[in-house]
Amino acid sequence: MSAPAHEEPASFAFDAESEAKIATIIRRYPEGKQASAVIPLLYVAQKQMGRLTGSAWVPRVAMDVIAERLSMPPIRVYEVATFYFMFNMKPIGRFHLQVCGTTPCMLRGSDEVMRACKDAGGVAGPGETSEDGLFTMTEVECLGACVNAPILQVDDDYYEDLDYESTVKLIEALKRGERPAPGSAIGRRSSEAAGGATALKGAEQD
Amino acid sequence: MAKVTVDGIEVEVPNGASVLQACEAAGKEVPRFCYHERLSVAGNCRMCLVEVEKAPKPVASCAYPVAEGMKVFTDTPVVRNARRGVMEFLLINHPLDCPICDQGGECDLQDQAYAYGSDMSRFLEAKRAVKDKDIGPLIKTVMTRCIQCTRCVRFAAEVAGTPELGGTNRGENMEIGTYVEKALTSELSGNLIDICPVGALTSRPYAYVSRPWELKKTDSIDVLDAVGANIRVDARGPEVLRIIPRINEAVNEEWMADRGRFSFDGLKRRRLDRPWVRKDGKLHAATWPEAFAAIATKLSSLPGDRIGAVAGALADAESTLALKDLMAAYGSANLDCCDDFAAIDTSRPDFYRFNTTIAGIEEADALLIVGCDPRKEAPVLNARIRKRWTAGKFPVGFVGPRGVDLTYPVQHLGDSPAALAGSAFLETLKAAQKPMLILGRGALQRPDGAAVLAAAWKIAAETGMLKPDWHGFNLLHHFGGQVGALELGFVPGTNGKGLNAMLTGGVDALWLLNADGFDPARIPAGTFVVYQGHHGDEMAARADVILPGAAYTEKDATWVNTEGRAQRGRLAIFPPGEAREDWRIIRAYSEGVGKALPYDDANAIRARLAQASPVFARVGEVARGGCANPTGPAGDAAALNNVPFALPIAVYHQADVISRASEVMAQCAAIYGPQQALAAE
Ligand code: SF4
Ligand code: FES
Ligand code: FES
Repeated sequence: MSAPAHEEPASFAFDAESEAKIATIIRRYPEGKQASAVIPLLYVAQKQMGRLTGSAWVPRVAMDVIAERLSMPPIRVYEVATFYFMFNMKPIGRFHLQVCGTTPCMLRGSDEVMRACKDAGGVAGPGETSEDGLFTMTEVECLGACVNAPILQVDDDYYEDLDYESTVKLIEALKRGERPAPGSAIGRRSSEAAGGATALKGAEQD
Repeated sequence: MAKVTVDGIEVEVPNGASVLQACEAAGKEVPRFCYHERLSVAGNCRMCLVEVEKAPKPVASCAYPVAEGMKVFTDTPVVRNARRGVMEFLLINHPLDCPICDQGGECDLQDQAYAYGSDMSRFLEAKRAVKDKDIGPLIKTVMTRCIQCTRCVRFAAEVAGTPELGGTNRGENMEIGTYVEKALTSELSGNLIDICPVGALTSRPYAYVSRPWELKKTDSIDVLDAVGANIRVDARGPEVLRIIPRINEAVNEEWMADRGRFSFDGLKRRRLDRPWVRKDGKLHAATWPEAFAAIATKLSSLPGDRIGAVAGALADAESTLALKDLMAAYGSANLDCCDDFAAIDTSRPDFYRFNTTIAGIEEADALLIVGCDPRKEAPVLNARIRKRWTAGKFPVGFVGPRGVDLTYPVQHLGDSPAALAGSAFLETLKAAQKPMLILGRGALQRPDGAAVLAAAWKIAAETGMLKPDWHGFNLLHHFGGQVGALELGFVPGTNGKGLNAMLTGGVDALWLLNADGFDPARIPAGTFVVYQGHHGDEMAARADVILPGAAYTEKDATWVNTEGRAQRGRLAIFPPGEAREDWRIIRAYSEGVGKALPYDDANAIRARLAQASPVFARVGEVARGGCANPTGPAGDAAALNNVPFALPIAVYHQADVISRASEVMAQCAAIYGPQQALAAE
C-alpha cells in the first residue's frame, strides 16, 4: 500500500491518559530495547483515537510520533502496523464488528451473524462502514473461542453463541448506547458443554 | 572449523558458517534469491534448498548452520523437486514480461527458471498486481515483478544506513516500498538495482535502452570521487549506456556511489570536441595546428617563470606528468595541483594519503572525523565506516557542522577547530588500540588550512594513532585525479609559484589541465589561458586557447585514489570529434615546439610514471604500513582561527564538470537540493 487515500490528521500527540500508560509500557523493556514497545504503543494510539474521535484507528502521524518516541525508523513502525489486522489503518465506525468466519464459526452459523450485521448495522459488506458511521464490519480469522462459536468481537469484547436474532438484538442495544454484557448469548457458563456441565460435577463444592 | 561433505567432496569451513557457504567452498552452485553475502540472512525465498543427511526434509542452506561431519547433497531428486516447487510458487505471481523487462538477460529469476522452471503454469487464478512506487529519479520500479526477497530492504537498512524501505501489509498483500511515497535519500541507491535479483528495481536512465549482450564492457575506475571504485563501463557504439561496479574487496567491495554511476549522460553534453582560439576577444573554432601555434607564439615570448600550470580534480596521472615535464622544458617551476586551494603538504606521502586504507577502517576501534562529510564526499568509504560501526564498539567523534547525518551516530564535538583542543573524546582515542582520524580535504581549503593539517596530525600523534604498525592519520580527497598529481609532485618547485601567486600577477600564461576548481574571475585580465579539458564549463569560457581532451571513459589512464592506490582506467568509447587523449595532446605540442618529451607510447609514459613515483610501479596495490616518523607537517598548529568548518560539497549530485553537465544529476539536485546540513542552518 502506498500513500493512504483517506484524510489524515495533520498532527498527533498522546494525551495525558495515554502518556501514563506509555510510561508503564516502556518501563517493561530494557534500556536500548524500547522498540519492543511498538505494538503496545500502537494500541495506545488507536485507543486514544477511539476515545477522542470516536474512531479507533492509527493515523500515519501517530506512527511517526511512535517512531520518534522509540527511536526507530518510521518504516519499521509502518511495517508492524500494516502487518497486524488489529490495527486499523483507516478511520472506522464507532463500533468495530469483527465477525469470525473461520471453519468452526462458519459451521456454527457465522454467515447468519454476518447477515445480521449487514441488516441491523446497515453495513454493506466486510470492510465497509455503515452510513451513520456507527459500525464497521470486518471478517476476521479464528478468535480462539471456537467452543462457543460463532463469535462476534465488538471492539475488545467477545459475544458468543450468536445467531441471527441475538446478533440483531446486540446491535440494536449498541445503537441505543448500551453495552450488553459480553459472553454467551445462550447463557452458557464460560465454555461448558451447551447443555450444562457433564463432568467434574460437584467438584466446585470441595 | 567443521568438516562437511558436500556431494562427496570434503570441505572445511568455519564453525557457524552456513550450509550454503560450505556448498560454495566445495564448488557447488546453490541457487538463491534472498541470500546475499554482504547482507544479513533472511531465509525467506527457499530457493536454496538442499538435502542434509538425517534431516527429515530439505533445508534452506543459507540459514542452516553447518555441523561437524554433516553430509550435504545439492543435486538429488528430492532437491530438484523441492526447488522446482519453490520456483513454481515464485512464478505464480511473477509477470511473464521478460521481453519488455530491463533485467532480461541478467535476471537471476530468468536464469534459474531455465533450470527449475516448468513450461506451463498450473495456476489458473488471477495473478496479483502491485502498484509501482516512485522512489526517485534514479530507480525505476515495477513492483509486480518483486519476489519479496527483501534484499533491498536489508541493503537500505544495513549497508546504506538509510532505513526507508520496508515490507508493508502481509501475505498476498505484502508490498515492498517506502509506504509514504518519497525519494530515497541514499547516495548509494544505485546499488539497489544490482542487488535486486529480478526486474523490480532497475535503472531509470537505462530503461528500455539496451540488452546486456549488445554492450561492449570495459573495466575501468570511477574518478568522480577519490575512492577509486572499480567499475565496468558498458557502451554501445559511441555512447556510454551505463556504469556498474566491479568487485574489489580492498576498495569498494561491490558498491558504487550514485554520482559515479549516473553522471555519464553528462559525457555527451557540453563537450569540447574541437580546438578553439580566441581572436579579437571571441573564441573561434580552430584546427589543432592553429591552436598549438597560438600557444607556442605566446609561450615562446615569455621567460619560464612567467608561465604556470594547474592540474585539476579530473586530470589523469599521464597527462599531469606530461604537463609537468613540458613545464620543466620551458624552465617553469610554477606548478599547482590544488585548484581548490587546499593547503596540502607533499613533503611526505603520509601527510596526504588515506594511510589506514579503506579496508583498514574495519580494524580501527575509534574514529575522529574532522571537517568532512564522508557520506557526501566518499559514499562508498562511508559505507565502510558504517560497516565497522555496525560491528560494534566503535565510537565516532565529529567536528563540523551540526546536524550532519552520516548514517551512524556520532559524538558532535564542535563545529570549529577549537573543538579539537581538550575534548574528552581525545581520551577515548587514547584508550583505543587502533584509533584513526579522517581529515577532509575541504578542511584544508580554509585560509588556515596548513594549521588545520598540522593540528590534526598533532592530535593523531598525541592519541596514539601513529605507531610503527598502525597509521591512523587519513586525508580524504574528493576526486580521482587529485592524489595522482600529488604523487607526481605537481606542486610549486624551487622558487616556483603556487596557484595564489599565479592568480595575483605571478604569471602571464596559465596552462589549465582539467582545472575547474576555482572561480575563473580570479584570473587577472591580461593572463593568457590555455584550457585543456573535456567540458565547456565556466573555465573553458575564460580560455584563450581550448584544447579538447578526453573524459575518463575515453582514455587509457592511471588514477590514484585517496589511499595512494594507482589503478588503470581503460578506454570504453572514443573521445568525441577532434578531442584526443590528454597526454598525447601535450606530447604532440611539445614536439611542435622542439621540446619533444621522451616518451611516445603508452608503455614509455608508464615506465616514466613508475620512475616518478613508486605508486605507479605497483598498480592496484597500496603500500600499507605504520608510521615510521611522527614528526608533523610544516604548518603551525597554533595558527588556527576559529571559523566553523564548512563542508565542501554543497550539492552532492553536481560536484564536478561531468555531473554538472548531466541531466539526470540535475533532476537529482532539484529533488535532493543542497546538502541538508547547510539547508538546516
Ligand atoms: S524489489 Fe527486488 S530486492 Fe526488493 S524485495 Fe523485491 S525482488 Fe527483492
Ligand atoms: S473459528 Fe471462530 S473463534 Fe475459532
Ligand atoms: S537463499 Fe536461502 S532462503 Fe533465500
